[in-house]
Amino acid sequence: MVKALLGLCALVSVATTLGIVVALFLPAFEFFREVSLRDYLTGTEWAPLFLQKSFGVIPLIVGTLSVTIWASLIAIPLGLGAAIFLSEYARPRLRATLKPALELLAGIPTVVYGYFALTWVTPHLESAGLDVGVFNALSAGLVMGVMIIPTVASLSEDAMSAVPRDLRYGAYALGSSKLQVSTRIVVPAAVSGIVAAFVLGISRAIGETMIVLLAAGQQPNLSFDPREAVETMSAFIAATGAGDVPTGSVEYKTIFAVGATLFVMTLIVNAVSIRLVGKYREVYE
Amino acid sequence: MSIAAANVPLQSGRKRGVWRGRIFVALLVLSLLVGFVALGTLFFDVLSKGVAYVDPVLLTNSPSSDPAVAGARPALLATLYLGILLILFTVPIGVGTAIYLEEYANRDRWYNRLLELNIQNLAAVPSIVYGILGLAFLVRGLGLGRVLLAGALILTLLVLPTVIIAAREAIRAVPSSIREGAYALGATQWQVVWRQVLPAAIPGIATGSILALARAIGETAPLILIGALTFISFNPTAMGPFTALPVQIYNWTKLPDPEFKALAAAAIIVLLIMVLLLNAGAIWLRNRYQKRW
Amino acid sequence: MNIIETPVQLAQQAERQLPSAEHREVVFDVSALTVSYGDKPALKNVSLEVYRNFVTAFIGPSGCGKSTFIRCFNRMNDLIPSAAVEGRILYHGEDLYGAHVDPVEVRRRIGMVFQKPNPFPKSIHANVAFGPRVLGMTNDLDGRVERALQQAALWDEVEDRLDESALSLSGGQQQRLCIARCLAVEPDVLLMDEPASALDPISTTRIEDLMHELKRDYTIVIVTHNMQQAARIADMTAFFSVEVDEGQRSGLLVEYAATPTIFTKPADKRTEDYVTGRFG
Repeated sequence: MVKALLGLCALVSVATTLGIVVALFLPAFEFFREVSLRDYLTGTEWAPLFLQKSFGVIPLIVGTLSVTIWASLIAIPLGLGAAIFLSEYARPRLRATLKPALELLAGIPTVVYGYFALTWVTPHLESAGLDVGVFNALSAGLVMGVMIIPTVASLSEDAMSAVPRDLRYGAYALGSSKLQVSTRIVVPAAVSGIVAAFVLGISRAIGETMIVLLAAGQQPNLSFDPREAVETMSAFIAATGAGDVPTGSVEYKTIFAVGATLFVMTLIVNAVSIRLVGKYREVYE
Repeated sequence: MSIAAANVPLQSGRKRGVWRGRIFVALLVLSLLVGFVALGTLFFDVLSKGVAYVDPVLLTNSPSSDPAVAGARPALLATLYLGILLILFTVPIGVGTAIYLEEYANRDRWYNRLLELNIQNLAAVPSIVYGILGLAFLVRGLGLGRVLLAGALILTLLVLPTVIIAAREAIRAVPSSIREGAYALGATQWQVVWRQVLPAAIPGIATGSILALARAIGETAPLILIGALTFISFNPTAMGPFTALPVQIYNWTKLPDPEFKALAAAAIIVLLIMVLLLNAGAIWLRNRYQKRW
Repeated sequence: MNIIETPVQLAQQAERQLPSAEHREVVFDVSALTVSYGDKPALKNVSLEVYRNFVTAFIGPSGCGKSTFIRCFNRMNDLIPSAAVEGRILYHGEDLYGAHVDPVEVRRRIGMVFQKPNPFPKSIHANVAFGPRVLGMTNDLDGRVERALQQAALWDEVEDRLDESALSLSGGQQQRLCIARCLAVEPDVLLMDEPASALDPISTTRIEDLMHELKRDYTIVIVTHNMQQAARIADMTAFFSVEVDEGQRSGLLVEYAATPTIFTKPADKRTEDYVTGRFG
């Protein structure tokens, strides 16, 4: 009896997944009966709400990728650097203080980061001479990168800590310096976990909404020029869903079509990450 | 083949190597610092722009098109209510699921393993997808409309995976000797769980729940999607329209008037204080109860 | 013939043609060495000399500080933050812990093989080449790898699979690989901390035979809890024991002499008790 009740609790999570799948894909299928999948996936113009409609999703994907690229350029090297420091160089007490502090970066609400990108980063980029628009992909990407650093750092550090001490001792005993031990032994040995960390960070960047909504703009754009405004998939969903699109219309269904696209992208990326984590856990446990 | 080591001194010709090592550490520390410097800049910027507007007006007035008298009271109350509802919903369901998975479920059954995989996947789904879920089912599907309750339910689903994972770790950390002792005295499984395991796992569960709450009150995207409206001037009720603090911040930031941007900064200060206090509370809890075994 | 020979018998049987006292060259001169972890002394006041091209064994019950001691010779204790070393070790007359001494250079000259084989998760070739690469000895890398593997008596078994993962080797092979790894950087001394204790008897015998070969070119110091092993291969043996002083256990050197002496005519009763099996 008790078990049944508890099992019911567990079913909530199952219901959630089912709900997400139904909520996304049912309307998405309906959408693709009105708009051809080919036009959607290969079209280069996204104008679903205008009189002259066009449903090519590529500009949204370009927008998402543009921001993600900048976020990754920040989060991946800095996250890895922080992780190497925490894992190989920091004394236990320092590590115990720094790790929660790093988690704090991840705990700041994304709307706050969006505010920061719009009102501080963009003007400063402008005064640095970069000719960025009021809305631009670069500000959003940079701030998003900082937000993702803890994700990359934390998982990478876990992977590096799992490398057995014996390997380090063996390398030291041969006359290696700490730099050589860290870069030639530890990082290569932990590489699956580290790549999993990168992939997880990228996945978070793809799905992020508030930073881009506030700072990157709502202009579907085919250009990868970071100084221009773009529209990401998530920003489109948020802006349109909050608006007054009539339920059941094809414009309404674009929310779900784009949502389904986003969901599938993150699902694939996350599946890759989970498998990589499984790989590194295998080797050492 | 050995070296006539006797005549070669032990000093190194490794000057370059030593410098390379130092530069490397410097770069690593720099990596760490960038994040903290950015955070510090953010805090400083928000404080300098917004502190002037943090006053009773902010906390007691409703939004208005006149920034001089605009306040965030409805949004603050809504965030408070959302938080309370969130805890009420998430903790029982999350802990229940965790107990099921840790104490009752047979690990070899495929459906239990699928369940675990499912929870892992859900934890990585972007928050806006939860918003879509809410939009489709709760607001328009179930006909709940754009109400506070719907917001609470969606946030619950959003943070549920994290609470489940945290609760599971807390339950797993309880040594089996405690369980075995209770069984040996003739207790039923439920009695063991309810009287021995759960009480021991409470600190871990509480820490996880507080962290989940801290995350949820900062979430904006799902709420925007299910219609946390722009202009609410009355206090929210469970079945009425609502807005929340992060949404209010978003709306104010969007406005071109720089005074509203300053108001947004003020509201951010309030939100950050709430989030930081919750995080600090969770960390304090974790440290206080960590060395029980 | 006895199947199980006592260390005493082995010591008597082993051939030893050791140079006499005047012709011995001192590699390590240890004086009053004390090692503590935090405020707990692990090893107190050890003094002895290690001679060139000898196999020197450290034996004794567990907890007597033998491993701690051997780690002093290549400054591996530096890697343990709480470890403090007092006293002096001279290496070919130079203070090993001197202010201007670079631990990296020390570890190049004085290599170490560990109790549990620890090959890197890389190919066999990359394992052996790691040391030379890291130290900038990259000329004729393949030749170095081959010579090291030959000296470690592993070449014949791996010469056609150098690119395979080192983890695919058996335990005994992995340990010989670790020895080859050390040899590739052309050290002066080889430290071995219970190198065969994790291996099966056949691999153990191979490693012991290897040590006989290697001592022609290198100076070998070995820690072992296996008395028969020490009796078989060591030229000099140092016996360590534990003393309890106000509740604190610490290790100390009891006796140090040529192996036959330690096993047949020990000067100290504690040594005699240990080697005849009365304790330990």
